[in-house]
Amino acid sequence: MLKEDCASELKVHLAKSLPLPSSVNRPRIDLIVFVINLHSKYSLQNTEESLRHVDASFFLGKVCFLATGAGRESHCSIHRHTVVKLAHTYQSPLLYCDLEVEAFRATMAQRLVRMLQVCAGHVPGVSALNLLSLLRSSEGPSLEDM
Amino acid sequence: MDSYDASESTPRQSTSSRPEDYFIGATFLQKRLESVRKQTSFVPTPPRRKIPHCSLLQEDVDLQKVAFLLHKQWTLYSLTPLYKFSYSNLKEYSRLLNAFIVAEKQKGLAVEVGEDFNIKVIFSTLLGIKGTQRDPEAFLVQILSKSQLPSENRESKVLWTGWFCCIFGDSLLETVSEDFTCLPLFLANGTESNTAIIGTWFQKTFDCYFSPLAINAFNLSWMAAMWTACKMDHYVATTEFLWSVPCSPQSLDISYAIHPEDAKALWDSVHKTPGEVTQEEVDLFMDCLYSHFHRHFKIHLSATRLVRVSTSVASAHTDGKIKILCHKYLIGVLAYLTELAIFQIE
Repeated sequence: MLKEDCASELKVHLAKSLPLPSSVNRPRIDLIVFVINLHSKYSLQNTEESLRHVDASFFLGKVCFLATGAGRESHCSIHRHTVVKLAHTYQSPLLYCDLEVEAFRATMAQRLVRMLQVCAGHVPGVSALNLLSLLRSSEGPSLEDM
Repeated sequence: MDSYDASESTPRQSTSSRPEDYFIGATFLQKRLESVRKQTSFVPTPPRRKIPHCSLLQEDVDLQKVAFLLHKQWTLYSLTPLYKFSYSNLKEYSRLLNAFIVAEKQKGLAVEVGEDFNIKVIFSTLLGIKGTQRDPEAFLVQILSKSQLPSENRESKVLWTGWFCCIFGDSLLETVSEDFTCLPLFLANGTESNTAIIGTWFQKTFDCYFSPLAINAFNLSWMAAMWTACKMDHYVATTEFLWSVPCSPQSLDISYAIHPEDAKALWDSVHKTPGEVTQEEVDLFMDCLYSHFHRHFKIHLSATRLVRVSTSVASAHTDGKIKILCHKYLIGVLAYLTELAIFQIE
């Protein structure tokens, strides 16, 4: 993501789990991306644990889930419905990307940077909440059977 | 800014309500599209599944006849429906396949010194390996080597065995027409070269397609739970799991063996509804094993990949290898595998 061109300064903070230590002074967080590895149930458990530490105001469009590893189906230990249900429970968008493939990674980076710009308020006329309702309506029908 | 957002969001809401109306008046084609869309590259696990029990095995299955299916390692493939296959032409097929194999081997594709080219191919039906009456009959293909010496002991050695079956394949049977025979599960035991040659012949003759059936960790954990749930009179093997830890330079394997009665006791404490297995129960069963291991070794097994499951009923490997140990639950094991095969075809 840092390779992408962006008008303002872009900082990425990586963490294995939340909560982040509160002793450090850090800039405002605009977007939280939870990366779930579909090959590992531990990754899902970790994410669920971390979600509890996120302030409710973030769920208005500033949180998104990224599921990786869907390409190698034989290695998957988590069913797709589990992550879809998780994203649905937290009212946040779910993106799929095989982070091991270079091309997909680059595309996803572009998409995330764009989302970040919206969440940080740098795109005039579109807010994070707006973006959320936009992304949600395209997934509507498939969630009927949840 | 706020009023602008509100006016932006309302048109979105109205467009999202229209697809809802669309689905209420769904026609058959739309229903089919719906079901196709739901099936992604993952197995659509129904939340509940029946535990295989011994009454499923038909009465006319002769234990002697199926005994050779047990205790052998089979490699799994999924197979698309066979076009214009007829059970009455089995002798004809034997002859054709025999000629094909001999021709292929003489082409020099499989050159082995001292290989006996006197082979015999036999097609035979396996009675009773089916779930419902609608399922087509299973059939078996064997390659036997004829001994070259014309002496009294004419024992033919089985070089290769393969069998085709379909257990509870209703979802597939409904979608194909009369000319096709649906036998989505193919199990092979023998050398790879023979499997490839026979696969080629079937693909050419019946316009079908084989593809290897891999079993992912999700399905392996379901199998572990279902097979532990089976009631057994006596246990012939310990319950064993094998995990592969992805790390460089070489992957590490972790093996965890439990006494089968302990595993059954654990399952019984987790299991709530009789006759059914739910996703939560499977997850809880596996989580108990993971947390027990973590407590002792401080390793998170849930971050690794389940590669092999071995119980007294059967053992399965993620590469698509299976060994069935108990004849009582043969049909039950095959039913689950058929489901995976059908899913892979679709």
